[in-house]
Amino acid sequence: MPSSVPGELPNRFPQSGSGARSRGVSTSVPARDRAASSIPLLGSELSVLFRRRRTWAMLLALAAIPVLIAVAVRLSSSVPSGRGPAFLDRISQNGLFVAVTAMLVSVPLFLPLTIGVVAGDTIAGEASLGTLRYLLVAPAGRVRLLLVKYAGALVFCVAAPVTVALAGAAIGASLFPIGPVTLLSGDVVQPPEAAVRLVLIAAYLAVSLAGLSAIGLFLSTLTVVPVGAMAATVVLSVVSQVLDQLPQLEWLHPWLFSHYWLGFGDLLRQPVLWDSFGSNALLQAGYVAVFGALAYGRFVTKDVLS
Amino acid sequence: MTAAVGRNASGTGTTGLTIETQGLTKRFGHQVAVDGVNLAVPHGSVFGFLGPNGSGKTTTIRMMLGLAAASSGTVSVLGLDMPNRLHEVLPRVGALVEGPAFYPFLSGAANLHRLDAASRNARPATRRTRVGEALERVGLSHAAGKRVHAYSLGMKQRLGIANALLSPRELLVLDEPTNGLDPQGTREVRNLVRSLAADGATVFVSSHLLAEVEQICTHAAIMSTGRLVAQGPLAELRQAGEARIRLLTPDAGTAFGVLARLGMTPVAGSPETDGAVVTATLGTGAGPDALAGNGSVAPEEIVARLVEGGVRVRGFSVERESLEDRFVALTGEGFDVAQ
Repeated sequence: MPSSVPGELPNRFPQSGSGARSRGVSTSVPARDRAASSIPLLGSELSVLFRRRRTWAMLLALAAIPVLIAVAVRLSSSVPSGRGPAFLDRISQNGLFVAVTAMLVSVPLFLPLTIGVVAGDTIAGEASLGTLRYLLVAPAGRVRLLLVKYAGALVFCVAAPVTVALAGAAIGASLFPIGPVTLLSGDVVQPPEAAVRLVLIAAYLAVSLAGLSAIGLFLSTLTVVPVGAMAATVVLSVVSQVLDQLPQLEWLHPWLFSHYWLGFGDLLRQPVLWDSFGSNALLQAGYVAVFGALAYGRFVTKDVLS
Repeated sequence: MTAAVGRNASGTGTTGLTIETQGLTKRFGHQVAVDGVNLAVPHGSVFGFLGPNGSGKTTTIRMMLGLAAASSGTVSVLGLDMPNRLHEVLPRVGALVEGPAFYPFLSGAANLHRLDAASRNARPATRRTRVGEALERVGLSHAAGKRVHAYSLGMKQRLGIANALLSPRELLVLDEPTNGLDPQGTREVRNLVRSLAADGATVFVSSHLLAEVEQICTHAAIMSTGRLVAQGPLAELRQAGEARIRLLTPDAGTAFGVLARLGMTPVAGSPETDGAVVTATLGTGAGPDALAGNGSVAPEEIVARLVEGGVRVRGFSVERESLEDRFVALTGEGFDVAQ
């Protein structure tokens, strides 16, 4: 069997390859700029996320929730007090409650569903397209890619509740009167202050979904079938909420990532009670740390064979 | 440390090899996909990486690019250890791995922007220009704004090659680069590979198309069921095969006797209309001039003896194994995917 002998290289190839190399230096980024070099990748990630029709379909579906609620309330003669979701009976007096009601309604299923799709798609979606290998060969860097993917999912976690709030406020304002809002504590605030409260609720929900996003990211590193990771993430969010309902498992409740999901009522008091916001943020941070570490452990050692 | 920096600067190790693997092995459970491969890709070569489907070519490439971890063995690319020095190596490497893959809902240009943005080292300021040039180079400028969803396989393949050319590269790893391309496209890829090599880049082309490799490569390696069965300069690989004589005669019986007396082992070939075919090995490893030596007999001597022995020679030729024969001899025949 003949073996290659370096001395027998064809002479027509310049050994130095100077042409390719000198140009190579001029296109690479100096070391001091490397820290900022994740910004273009994040921008690219967001542009891919928000250029997908699927993302817009999900946001539109979320926006449809307050519209449906508002139209239903507008068309019915009166809403019997104390029935249906909280705040429903107050919509006809103040359109801003459409946004609050819609956010409340979308917490158990609709928001986790859309987050599950986005977070479950992060790595597995790239793997199934085959683009994961090209991103890694670029080289994106596995840790950097994972961080950018998670950051992209977090941006969607903000976009989703904000969409519900904006659509709710808009449809509420167009179908119902807007006026001073009576808070849960009995205090009355003016519409601008009420709008701030809506933003706070959206922020609360965004934080609430951070843990679920980390879980989705981790599940996404386990498979090349994005639908599997998406479904598993959504199922986990449902399981967590079911467990949270079982009194026998009371010891477990404070540890469930969905435990504080509906706890944003404290933001509708005067003064604002930050307790549940803080507990929620701490719990979500814990989930992000644990599942982020798991995702890291899995992804940096993973053989990319798709 | 100094040595490492020096190697980095020169782009290759002290051995002059752009890619070097030692005992590279990859196991998936009990199955050994790549088994103790020692590749040596010389700097500046156009290296053909041959093997039937399932012989471990792509798995080897994945390990070279740090996509998969080796079960054992080492890989060094551009003189640096992979995957430990991955961040220094990969920006200098352009790759097309196991077919092109893109976001179908983005345009061709947007896909390249995306993959270029993924690189930590690519300069954003020149991105637009470089994407345009890469598309131009593979003849896709007119379809740059079209969604990849609407691309044909050949267009996707071209886009994949454009991605490998986004930055000037010292090494190009092209896995089946002409897959799905029309004859013009194949020709263009061949010219592209030649021009890249002329610029000083090393080009590593994996293929199962021998003709393609024979046309563009200076060196080749042949994989079979996870093992490297041959590698070296293409000319050497070609000559390594055995030369055989092929005799067409109505007097097969007599010819057998004559050839046997010459120390050869005649074999009956499939008979043709004007006589029987007899073949025999001339001896291995011999070039045209060496046929007389090496214990084998010169072809003209064989013909003389045959005629002397009363054999009517209707046809006589010396045949050398083609690369294809060699490939088949090394990897086994048949359409079965390697196990």
